[in-house]
Amino acid sequence: MKNCYINGIGNVSIQSVDFDLFESEITEIQILNKAQQPSYTDLIARAMSRRMAKGVKMGIFAANKALFNAKMVDPQAVIVGTGLGCIEDSEKFLDAIIENDEQFLTPTAFIQSTHNTVAAQIALHLQCKAYNFTYVNGANSFESALFDAFMQLKHFNKENILIGGVDEIAPYTFSMYEMIGKVKQSGEEVNFKDPQTKGIALAEGATFFALSNNKTNNSYAEVLDVMLFNAFKDDEATEINTFLAKNNISVADLDVVFFGVNADAHQQEFYNKMNAVFSEIPQGYYQHISGSYDTASAFGLKVAAEIIQKQQLPKAVQYNNIEPNKIEKVLMINQFNNTDFSFVLLSKC
Amino acid sequence: MQKKVAITGMGIISSIGLSVEENFQSLISKKSGISNLENIQTRHASEIKVGEIKITNQELQQLLNLPEENTFTRTGLLGAYAAKKAVESAGINDINEFRTGLISSTSVAGMDFTEKHYKKYEEHPEYQKYIQSHDAGDSSNKIANYLGLKGFVTTISTACSSAANAIMLGASMIENGYLDRVIVGGTDALSKFTINGFKTLMILSDTYNTPFDNDRKGLNLGEAAAYLVLESDEVIEKSNKKVLAYVAGYGNANDAFHQTASSENGEGAFLAMKQAFEKASIRPDQIDYINVHGTATPNNDLSEGRAMSRIFNNVPKFSSTKAFTGHTLAAAAAIEAVYSVLALQNSTIFPNLNFKTPMEELNIVPETEVVQTEINHVLSNSFGFGGNCSTLIFSKS
Amino acid sequence: MDALKQELKERIINALNLEDISIEDIQDNDPLFGDGLGLDSIDALELIVLLDKEYGIKLADPKQGKEIFQSVETMAQFVAANRTK
Repeated sequence: MKNCYINGIGNVSIQSVDFDLFESEITEIQILNKAQQPSYTDLIARAMSRRMAKGVKMGIFAANKALFNAKMVDPQAVIVGTGLGCIEDSEKFLDAIIENDEQFLTPTAFIQSTHNTVAAQIALHLQCKAYNFTYVNGANSFESALFDAFMQLKHFNKENILIGGVDEIAPYTFSMYEMIGKVKQSGEEVNFKDPQTKGIALAEGATFFALSNNKTNNSYAEVLDVMLFNAFKDDEATEINTFLAKNNISVADLDVVFFGVNADAHQQEFYNKMNAVFSEIPQGYYQHISGSYDTASAFGLKVAAEIIQKQQLPKAVQYNNIEPNKIEKVLMINQFNNTDFSFVLLSKC
Repeated sequence: MQKKVAITGMGIISSIGLSVEENFQSLISKKSGISNLENIQTRHASEIKVGEIKITNQELQQLLNLPEENTFTRTGLLGAYAAKKAVESAGINDINEFRTGLISSTSVAGMDFTEKHYKKYEEHPEYQKYIQSHDAGDSSNKIANYLGLKGFVTTISTACSSAANAIMLGASMIENGYLDRVIVGGTDALSKFTINGFKTLMILSDTYNTPFDNDRKGLNLGEAAAYLVLESDEVIEKSNKKVLAYVAGYGNANDAFHQTASSENGEGAFLAMKQAFEKASIRPDQIDYINVHGTATPNNDLSEGRAMSRIFNNVPKFSSTKAFTGHTLAAAAAIEAVYSVLALQNSTIFPNLNFKTPMEELNIVPETEVVQTEINHVLSNSFGFGGNCSTLIFSKS
Repeated sequence: MDALKQELKERIINALNLEDISIEDIQDNDPLFGDGLGLDSIDALELIVLLDKEYGIKLADPKQGKEIFQSVETMAQFVAANRTK
């Protein structure tokens, strides 16, 4: 059976463009967090970029970084996860429909509003005619892409795959989220360890990975297993044990477990249960760095892959006070509002 | 050893019928579902024709026995209806008996409700419950919950090829032992958003769409949902079930040519078909019928026709069923998968309605009548914006 | 006619978001598509909307654009002859 290695990572986030997990200072999270945009002029011709949505630019940038980082040139698949796609253009097109009473509408915003536009424009940019998929399943959109790539590398005749997660913020969507309490209200504290208010701190970003069968000097980690599901059939602890047992390990064998905690007091109930299951294990978190959005867990995978490669768990991402003495097996657990669950199991390679 | 992927159930709702049987009857009696638009308020209503399902959301909610306080949008309602029928037709009583998944697909998602309430949410708190229903994933989760399914659930959105990719992923997961049973397909409701979107691209016909005709003027949008139940060998053996057909092959490629248009020689389509033949281990000359993508836009039909002419020495009998249903976007490949299985089961090729004049660039002509003939393998093409090209091959059980 | 050409150049730049191109960069007879400004079929659709919105000219078939959008010169002649506003 062939393996699945993470060989390259590229990212655009709310942190500085050259953010380094082990060195950089972390910009403190706000209720609404926009990504720090890198310069795109060297990478994307003006003739192309003039029509590109923010999500497309972030995606192409992160994808190129990941490929460059892995020295990968021709991926045999491009697989993208996104919760909402280029939602800003969906808003633009809707606004135009309403403002002009369905007249004088132009195609650009409509084209960008289709969910697959990021994966499609990456294919166009790379001139990559290979397998091309887009997953749009809320908080495990990215894990869907990761699972597909994992299966393709294991069972299909593919050696190199580019995957990523991307989402962008749009103004009216944010105000709708304010109305329903999906995001924190102005002035509320954003506390990841002991949240007192409901709602998340919304952000945006793109994180891409070059995955391969081949282990290289640049390999960060190996993906051992990926599982996603809409609801637990059994109690949480039992399902986690079953998942780990399938991979011949138990909770005690884990060196670090990462939670997708998102500062939402309601959603903390699930992670409190996780806390009990993993009370003896070093715990990590990342959404205080990335902010929260459907594909923030792709940023989480970047953090986990980097700490495995570096064999170091920085204080800034420690969720409890237990220090790991080695970092070989890492489990990532994510969900949103008690659905879109995912487990990702990683190993040192 | 890879497992075979059996189709054991189908459910469909489209403008030509609320069941598999009704759809079949419409197809063989040349009864098109293209009509004037009734359920959506738009200034373009008189300039377009659509494949609209003449059932209101309220009626769908009643058919589904939903509680009054639900937040289903039309996309979710159509999807839940078709998925439920598929599960029933596969004779499944306990949805969680085996490792079961749902792979749905949509391009419109909850846009049909978002566009109605957009910018009115502030004054109308009663609509706010639909805000979360906008997300594509929300419709799949609702369908899964409606079926009582707990397991692998995901959603694919690759524009007009979406459901083909859902079927492909489901088949791959069964073959490689990740699931025992999976419900795969797609759902899309008509919306003002897509009507206006396709209008900006100037590819909507102002009359009945005419696939593969020289004078084709563009597509008619439609709405539909369809799902197939796929099961592994082991499950079939255990339950002693009737197999309707097999998913024998699939291919996925990107045209990497243009954001919306297909390349002149149909490179993406060619690659997708080529891969599907390799996967199915069959030769092009073994295909008895092609259910083409055939949207009736000038660009698609020429590009697809060229790709077919390139890969087949003799292009087999083919037809587009979009003159019956309109282009149902993410659901298109799912309803056409149902039609492909019906073609295999009934040894019947469905007619390509509204065809008069062969395209001057090509020397291929679609079937315009109901044809009875032996059919062992059917190929179904689906292509989407962004160069997403997919091909499925279905084989007789 | 010269004023119309200037106006068209300005509107083309705005509608197509041609940030790094100025009015002076576009000659009246420069081809807009292909080797000239490098516009593509999506731009052609944008220009069709521009004709409708600004000059009240409706094109039913995108193929008509091919002749009309050869250059600013051809576009200006077409607009002058067919405008309804």
